[in-house]
Amino acid sequence: MNAPTRAVSVLHVDWTRCDARGSCTELLPELLRTDPWGYPLAAGGGSDVGVPAHLEAAARDAVGLCPVLALRLITPAD
Amino acid sequence: MTMASAPAVRDGFDVIPPSGTARLLAADGPSHVAHLAGFGPMPSGRGVDAVIAELDMAGIAGRGGAAFPTWRKVAAAAQSGRGGVVIGNGSEGEPLSAKDATLLHTAPHLVLDGLLLVAAALGADEIDLVTTSAQLAPVRRAIDERRDAGRIRVRETQDRFVAGEASAVVNAIERARPIPRDHAVRLTVSGVRSRPTLVLNVETLAHIALVLRFGAEWFRSLGTPDDPGTRLFTVARPDGRLVVEAAGGTPLSTVLRAGGVDPATVRAVLVGGYHGTWITADALDTPLSPGGLAAFGASPGAGILMVLPRGECGLARTAQITGYLAEQSAGQCGPCANGLPAIAEAMGRVGRRDRDTSLPRRIRELTTLVSGRGACHHPDGTARMVLSALETFEHDLRAHAVGLCQETAR
Repeated sequence: MNAPTRAVSVLHVDWTRCDARGSCTELLPELLRTDPWGYPLAAGGGSDVGVPAHLEAAARDAVGLCPVLALRLITPAD
Repeated sequence: MTMASAPAVRDGFDVIPPSGTARLLAADGPSHVAHLAGFGPMPSGRGVDAVIAELDMAGIAGRGGAAFPTWRKVAAAAQSGRGGVVIGNGSEGEPLSAKDATLLHTAPHLVLDGLLLVAAALGADEIDLVTTSAQLAPVRRAIDERRDAGRIRVRETQDRFVAGEASAVVNAIERARPIPRDHAVRLTVSGVRSRPTLVLNVETLAHIALVLRFGAEWFRSLGTPDDPGTRLFTVARPDGRLVVEAAGGTPLSTVLRAGGVDPATVRAVLVGGYHGTWITADALDTPLSPGGLAAFGASPGAGILMVLPRGECGLARTAQITGYLAEQSAGQCGPCANGLPAIAEAMGRVGRRDRDTSLPRRIRELTTLVSGRGACHHPDGTARMVLSALETFEHDLRAHAVGLCQETAR
């Protein structure tokens, strides 16, 4: 197992809000690609993306900069 | 809260629990009198721990499709504390399904009993029963027939595929808009207006009413250890539908016969409805239990058995269903709103015997792309059904790719 891959937080995509604006895929290229329609696509698919500790700050940026508030970072403390 | 029903019936009335496979459908009519004669009065309220323990011993799982253990759902709601919302879900969005409507027309009092018993155990302060327009009259009539059901609010929902999903039911109550919503937090924690909300299918509630009357042991006296009790099935034939109550683990062919279908005329059955799994005629002895169906990647779901008769093309039928499912997307989630029409388009070409041999691969890629990427499981269910068709009708798939169809011999 590679060093910093243990997910401590989960980035949750609210698909009912997501409008394929693309800021999250730019901020988190390590975690998100773009699907054929412009929506964020995680490596394993799904709506909940595991965020390794070293990407948590970038994930917070993605949450804050999403223009339609479609992202939420759920930390283990939640 | 008083649980008493008409005392004249109660006094000295010795009720014998139903002994045959007709349990939910055992009463001699939908009236409260027939209900009391058939099942006896509603048992007195029990503490939530006792209710949870009885449901756990009974081993009942939800009958709305997801088959989640009922006791765990009730326990999760209990953990959120009192003052929550309990909802009976009779939305039955799946157009092939008729069992919830049948239940609300023939045994509404069992559903009301189940709702009242669960709500009392949880100390809920709102009770809703959600259903479509055709069931409003029998439900309201049943509520008016008894003195203890005035608290139940009957809510009308729309006849659409995704309306039955639990978060869509919450939306129906909150905003009169029955479409799924994002729920990163469970509804038993935060549902209707952020209150703890327990959504149970109406058939599940009717079973609960009987389990709390006659006990877990009685419930388990029919069915199999992994699928105790009875289930309602809708046998959907080309010429109509019949609702059948059968013990858990009853072979598919037995339920088909009870539903008026000669198994010799069957090409395949779509088990679990439009989000279900195709099973071919050579496997009709499969028990309709989660364990029996697991070998096919199938589950009883909401009990829909759609018959594809011999001489009909499974791929063409799948294409038609996929088109319907794409139209039924609420359109709020990008992967579903874009992906389902794309799958339907490719599947439509397969159904029409398009010779493009890349179509099955394209369909498989699209199903991977949409799965798990929505507020509800509509894309996942659609993907499952389509993939099952590609696998089950593999021979036809090859024939279609060269412009032929074995089944319709054209």
